[in-house]
Amino acid sequence: MKPAPFEYHAPDSLEQALDLKRQNADDAKILAGGQSLVPAMNFRIVQPGVLIDLNQIVELSFIREEGETIRIGAMARERHLEFDESIAKRVPLLAEAVPFIAHPQIRNRGTIGGSIVNADPAAELPVLMLALNARLKAKNISNERWIDAQDFFAGMFTTALEPDEILVEIELPFMPPQTGWSFMEVAPRAGDYALMGVAALVTLDENKKCKQAKLVYLNAGDGPVDAREVVSMLQGEPLTDALIDSAASVASEKEINPYGNVHTSPEFQRHLAKVLTKKALKQAIQRAEENLQ
Amino acid sequence: MTQPIAITIKVNGKEYKREVEPRLLLSDFLRHELGLTGTHVGCEHGVCGACTILFDGEAMRSCLLFAVQANGHEITTVEGLAKDKDDLHPIQQAFWEAHGLQCGYCTPGILMTLVPFLKRHPNPTEDEIRHAISGNLCRCTGYQHIVDAVKLAVEKMR
Repeated sequence: MKPAPFEYHAPDSLEQALDLKRQNADDAKILAGGQSLVPAMNFRIVQPGVLIDLNQIVELSFIREEGETIRIGAMARERHLEFDESIAKRVPLLAEAVPFIAHPQIRNRGTIGGSIVNADPAAELPVLMLALNARLKAKNISNERWIDAQDFFAGMFTTALEPDEILVEIELPFMPPQTGWSFMEVAPRAGDYALMGVAALVTLDENKKCKQAKLVYLNAGDGPVDAREVVSMLQGEPLTDALIDSAASVASEKEINPYGNVHTSPEFQRHLAKVLTKKALKQAIQRAEENLQ
Repeated sequence: MTQPIAITIKVNGKEYKREVEPRLLLSDFLRHELGLTGTHVGCEHGVCGACTILFDGEAMRSCLLFAVQANGHEITTVEGLAKDKDDLHPIQQAFWEAHGLQCGYCTPGILMTLVPFLKRHPNPTEDEIRHAISGNLCRCTGYQHIVDAVKLAVEKMR
């Protein structure tokens, strides 16, 4: 239960960190909050030769509004997201979902960038990035590029980042007007990994028909699962109980691919997905209607 | 740089200078280097909460931090709560009186979780208390007496 030896660097500028990453691309791990990496190192599941600690890099820790977006530095702590007023106002889905991430002690240290790059299919933040149409800024020593969240998650614990790149910033567009949201999950104990979870967004037009929707599931496949087929069923339609029921059936039977684990069978996960989809859609619709008035 | 790195850490108000290997966990640093064995080590992967300490005033898992990362920071452990054994912190006193522990293994982590929680929520509901300690495992008490102790602490701290 002790990590294997490693070479430790704690650069105080992003440029130094990128340079270290370039030099040690094959053998270096980035240490952000360490709330997933350090357990894996304690078990020696992961044994990086070089650890590049980003915690000294002040320029990576910010949350600010810019135009119609919220910009978040990759090293912003989950606890900061939880209490940020701009996030509560502009992207309330994120504010509502962050308290579901692990426990307060973990959120005090864990970062948004770390959780996104870890790409755990059972984690909340990757799901939220897809639901909120985030753009993710990756940098290497000579270039930077923006990656859409839908192109970022490449499978279990796998992302589109190149070995010499570091995720530095997250851009979230403000949630559109007349939009309702919901985040729901079922976990054996508050803060544990959820057996199943869903983020839902519904935007209504002036006739209360569905203009846009989004349903993204956690612990439902190799990464965050974006249920696009269900969304196409909802678009342009009045959101009746019958339509919600059939959307929940399609989502739980066709769109997700849960594997089950020691706590649950895939069948039970599908059952939970069906129940949660109905509840989350109804809550999102109700909130969107409140925003219409 | 797997060689020892010089660090300066303030623990319970006292400054310590040591040379540590980068892989040394903060929990082991506190226990083995400083002899502060009040910080308990349970699971060593961030699940049980026994090793919870305050890092610049915020509750964190000391088994998920390297000691080198605490360089220049301020740590509070359970040893920093009471002035002496006859003058306990009100939360400690409440745990004593309400029988908030049996074996006591989880207690330091729970106390360190509660200190910032009660500062932020001086008047918590039972639901909030249970959420606050959801990251701390106790295998003896079934939590009821712990929750009772927190309620008593709230009264003492009014």
